[in-house]
Formats: sequence, structure tokens, C-alpha cells
Amino acid sequence: MSEQRDLVLDIKNLTKHFPMGGMRDTRKVHAVEDVTFALPRTEIVTLVGESGSGKSTTARLISRLIEPTSGEVIYNGKDVLKTQPGGASLEYRGDIQMVFQDPFGSLNPAHTIGYHIERPLLIHKKVSGRKALKDRVHELLDTVGLGPADETAAKFPYELSGGQRQRVGFARALSVEPKVILADEPVSMLDVSIRVGVLNLMKRLAEDSGLSFLYITHDIASARYISDHTNVMYAGRMVEGAPSDTLVHEPAHPYTRLLLSAVPNPHAGLRTQETQARGEIPSLIDPPPGCPFAARCPHVMDVCRQIMPGAVTIAPHHWVRCHLYGDGGESPLPNAANSVG
Amino acid sequence: MSSSVNTALENAQTEVSTPEPPKNQPVRKAKRASGVVGLLLQNRKAAVGAFIVVFYVLVAVLGPYLVPYDPTQIVGRRHTPPSWEHWFGTDGSGKDVLSQTVVGARSSLATGFIVGSIVTVVGILIGMTAGYMRGRVDDFLSTLINIVLIIPGLPLLIVLAAFLPAGFWSIIFVLSVTGWAWGSRVLRSQTMSLREKDFVASAVTVGEGKLRIMLREILPNMMSIVVAGFFGAVNYAIGAQAGLEFLGLGNPSNVSWGNNLYWAQNNSAMLVGAWWTLIPSGLSIALVAFGFSMINYAIDEVTNPRLRSQRQTASILKKQPAKVRRSRATPVLMEGNGD
Ligand SMILES: Nc1ncnc2c1ncn2[C@@H]1O[C@H](COP(=O)(O)OP(=O)(O)OP(=O)(O)O)[C@@H](O)[C@H]1O
Ligand code: SF4
Ligand SMILES: [Mg+2]
Repeated sequence: MSEQRDLVLDIKNLTKHFPMGGMRDTRKVHAVEDVTFALPRTEIVTLVGESGSGKSTTARLISRLIEPTSGEVIYNGKDVLKTQPGGASLEYRGDIQMVFQDPFGSLNPAHTIGYHIERPLLIHKKVSGRKALKDRVHELLDTVGLGPADETAAKFPYELSGGQRQRVGFARALSVEPKVILADEPVSMLDVSIRVGVLNLMKRLAEDSGLSFLYITHDIASARYISDHTNVMYAGRMVEGAPSDTLVHEPAHPYTRLLLSAVPNPHAGLRTQETQARGEIPSLIDPPPGCPFAARCPHVMDVCRQIMPGAVTIAPHHWVRCHLYGDGGESPLPNAANSVG
Repeated sequence: MSSSVNTALENAQTEVSTPEPPKNQPVRKAKRASGVVGLLLQNRKAAVGAFIVVFYVLVAVLGPYLVPYDPTQIVGRRHTPPSWEHWFGTDGSGKDVLSQTVVGARSSLATGFIVGSIVTVVGILIGMTAGYMRGRVDDFLSTLINIVLIIPGLPLLIVLAAFLPAGFWSIIFVLSVTGWAWGSRVLRSQTMSLREKDFVASAVTVGEGKLRIMLREILPNMMSIVVAGFFGAVNYAIGAQAGLEFLGLGNPSNVSWGNNLYWAQNNSAMLVGAWWTLIPSGLSIALVAFGFSMINYAIDEVTNPRLRSQRQTASILKKQPAKVRRSRATPVLMEGNGD
């Protein structure tokens, strides 16, 4: 499967444990546990999961804002954690860009919009000369639909709406001509009415500029709208991955089904479901063995509480981690079935 | 791209797909900084404080050229009360008190501003380094900060001042050594909270270097604290210099407010009722302190609403309790789902 595909990013067994903070507290928050997935070139892959499932942490690990506890981040065939052990190279920084979840926190209140976009252009030497710099900034602002560009460039973040700020985030990410953009819930904090606009912007960018996107969301409807492949995350673990349509029509994991059962219409997304699910997210602090979903699963079996289910491929490009599938016994190696795009 | 798209979604998309254009209001020329300065100018406390401080700065700069007598020369009889000849009277050795007060402003304010600048720069360097680097660097610098904070200030001042040769620069050195820690601590904790913000992460992902992130991304967002810390340090230095000199730990031949008081005390001004030798310098110290404090209150008033909203953002960004996440849903949706 993965052998024939041109993978720009291949994430293997990525794990991040945060220390609890206390001096003598040796417990760890298992924010991301054994996450494996791939991002084929020029595709959009979604990471879907509810709040606290470790989506942002995964994105931060890939962009190397934080260093993983273990695992591999294979970019263009090389494990960057091994080749650049001291931190990301400038080249990697240029190739992997991130759009942040909170449009109100991701722009510096002290700088103009123009400054935000000039900096990456200067750092990565994408232009030379003041005139070219200005032109490129304006061009980028136009690309993301923030015209008239010279007016926007002179503004400060507080003068823009959330949707406009998120577009600035995209312009900034695009400025360095990246290969991959990690879009961390780019629309979750925006009004419903402007979400589709930002999603369409992403779609257009993926089609026009040959970019690959990791789209992070808690809204499975938007995942299907925008992406080729969707991975479902629960409590720091990947529980299911499938082509987006397959996932919606033939969900295999009980958690995915739960997510889907309450999608009343595309706009309301998962609200009802989310509110039901709240408070039941299992603690990530040194979690017990077994399936993390066991506490909420309608199909829970004895084995679920003892053994972590392995990944089982149930259809082409469709795998699931659940004891209802496979032989219900000890898991096969996760890599084997897991690294589907 | 997979093109199998839900038709409902597609319809929805065509309805709202036009990117929302930026509001076509005229670009506001006023930058943020001038916004804060503008607000300060309208603030009564700031106006009073600035008036006092500017007055004394002018006295310090121009005064020595205008004074009627040389403050170091004996120009009259001892302890004469205020008169037309000597507006503020003469001191215990017959020197003109007005001239002493005016010329003394220069030494006192210069000490204040020099120490204030040193303390602020050192505070920024150490505080921001500790807050940004964290880990072992922070452990080391924090310990240093705490030690300096814990050591009782005045005794240390006295011991240091007693060992160094008496003089203007010795006092500046002593006050800088003892004065930097408080600002460092405040800036350290502020840096720690600002560095968690997404705009810092965003700067890292585009490849900004550490130094540039500290100076250009984080520092501008705590300018109000830096400025307030500067004025506070100026105040501290003026007061502490006067205190040391009053105790006789300065260079007594230097004309400054502290030395004026020292000489007044030495010449038993209180005993002989020569209040005019004490009041001008003493009141000047109090007034300048009052002026700087007023400016600081005003800065606090003007910037606090912003600080408050920053704190809110910070707590949302701490990405902890689920209840914060609730705010993500628009109220309309929550109602629509009837939960
Ligand atoms: N620096 C940190 N220290 C300790 N725990 C952390 C840290 N960062 C994240 N976590 C924890 O890791 C878990 C996953 O957080 P993460 O932000 O990745 O979730 P998420 O899926 O992005 O959620 P959301 O949809 O709300 O953004 C959470 O329980 C969070 O408290
Ligand atoms: S492994 Fe068991 S508990 Fe987990 S999802 Fe499957 S059936 Fe439910
Ligand atoms: Mg997140």
C-alpha cells in the first residue's frame, strides 16, 4: 500500500508524554500515544477527534515545536528526528508550516499584518529588495482573499475579524512556499457562516499549489468535505483510518460510529455529540491498559479492559483498532496494517 | 482531491463561499503605542505626575546655570531664615539653600535615571533569559534573583557602600547591584506566560531565532511593565541614594538632596529650628517620588484592561479544562441543539 505512494510525511509510533509538573510527581500525561499515519503528497488528510484527544500535540510534534518522547517523523524519506537531533533545520521550518487553532492568539498584537508576512519572506530569503518584498506581501494577501492588500498590510491584528486573522495565518504559512501545511482546527473558532470560506481556501490551495495538508478538526462533516483520508483519534491514540467517504458510510470503530450518529446537518457539526461526550474523556494520566474507549463503548468486552487492540485492516486503506475486528487477541504489529495513507 | 462531496455541503458552500472582505473602514493611522500614549495624556494622574517630573528634570538640566550662588561657597551668615536675599535661607555653614536644592536635583535625578536604565536593562536580560530558556538556565537565574531579593536591601546597601570609595559612581553601582532583581522577577514570569502564546510558536515555525523572538515578539508585549519598572527603579534609586548619603555613606562634598539633608542633620538643623534647610530637599525627594508613582498608577490604569484580556487569552491557551472549550461553540448552536 504505502510503498507505491509518494508520502511527504510518514509518522510512525509518535508518542508524547508530558511530565505532570510536580517535583516528585512521576506521573505522565499520555497526550499522544503510538500515533501512526501518513500524508501523501498533494493530498489533504484529516485528523479528527474530540477536545483533548491530542490533535494539537500531534501537530506540534510534527512541526517540532515540542520534541516527542519517541517515534519517527519521516519527511521525504528521512527521519528528521534523527537527522536533525538538535532541533528543526531552517529548511524543515520552511517546508512544514502550521496554521494555529486560535486566530486571536496566533498573531502578535504588537506587529502589523504586513510585518507578520514580511518576516518569513526575509528569513527564508524568498525575495530581494524592498519593492519585491512589498509586492510579494500584497500578492499573498490577495491570494488568501484579504484585499485591498496595502490597507490590510498596514493594519494591526486587533483590527481584523477572526476569519480575516485566520487568512493572515494562511498567508504567513504560504509565504515560505512550504510543502506541508498543518492546519490545526483552522475554522473551529470561527463563526459558522465564514467557515466554509476558509475551508474552500484550503481546498483551492491544495489543488493549485501542490501543497499537502494535515487538516485537524473535531467536526467529521468538514473532514469529509475537505479531505481524501481521515484518521480518527481518541484519547491520544489513533483508533481508525479510512478514505473519508468510507469512514462516513462504513464506520468500523464504535467511537467513529458515535461521532457520526449525531451529525444532524453539516453546519451544526458535532455539537450534540460533543456535549454528550463531555466529561467522559478518560484521564490521560498514566492510563490503564486496554482500549481507551472501553468506559464509553456500547460493545465493550472483557478483553477490551486488559489488552490494547491492534490495528486490523478490514478493507483497502481502511484499518481499525478494536477487538470487534480481527481475532480479538493480542495485536499484530501496528505498523504492518497502520501505515495506510 | 476526492470529489465526492455531500451535496448539502456543496450547496452550503456556494452560498457562503465568498471570502469575507476586510471591513472597508479607513485604515487607522494611530498605532497601538500612540494609543497608549494618547490615553496616558488624557489621564489626570499621568498629567500631574508628568508635570512634576518634567519640572524637576528642567530644574536639574537648566537650574545650575540660573542659580544665584555657588552652592559650595559660603555666601552669608549661618542659618539665616528665608529672605529676599536667600529665598530658601542659608544652611549651617552659610551656604545658599536654594542653590543647593537646585544643583542637588542634578545629582539626584541623574542617579535615578542612570540606575533606572541599568536596572531595567539588566532586568530585561536576566528576566527574559530565565523566562524564555526555562530549565537549568532558569533554575540558576531564579536562584540568583531570589537570593538578591531575600538579602535585606538596606544592610547590603550600607555594607557595600561602606566598602567602596565614597562617590557618585559607587552609589550607582551599589544601587544597581541591589535593585535589578525585582524587575527581573516580574519580567521572568511575564515572559514565561507570553512564550506559551501561539504567536511565539508561530514565529518559531517560520524560523525566527531565539534572540529575535525575545526582543521583537515578546518584549514589545510587555512594554508597559518595562516602563513602569523603569520609573519604579528611578524612584527607588533617588530615595536610596538620599538615604545612603543621609547616613553619611556618600561623598559629602557632592551637592545632592541626600547630602543637603546630611549636612542639615550634621549642623543640628532640627535643634536650632532651621527647618528651611530640611524642607526643600526633603520635599523635592517626596515630590519626585510622588510624580513617578502617579505616572505608574496611570500606566497601570491605562494598560490593565489589556493585561486582563491577555490573561484571559493565556488561560484559554493553557489548554486545560474542558469547560474553557465550551466557549468555542457559538451560543446560537448550543440553543439550536437544545442542550
Ligand atoms: N504542555 C503540556 N503539558 C501537559 N499536558 C499537556 C500539554 N499540552 C497538552 N497537554 C495535554 O495533552 C492532551 C491533548 O491536548 P491537545 O491540545 O493535543 O488536544 P486537542 O486534540 O488539540 O484538543 P482541542 O480540540 O481542544 O484543541 C490534553 O489533555 C492536554 O491537557
Ligand atoms: S476494543 Fe472493545 S472497548 Fe474498545 S472500541 Fe472495540 S469493542 Fe469497544
Ligand atoms: Mg487543539
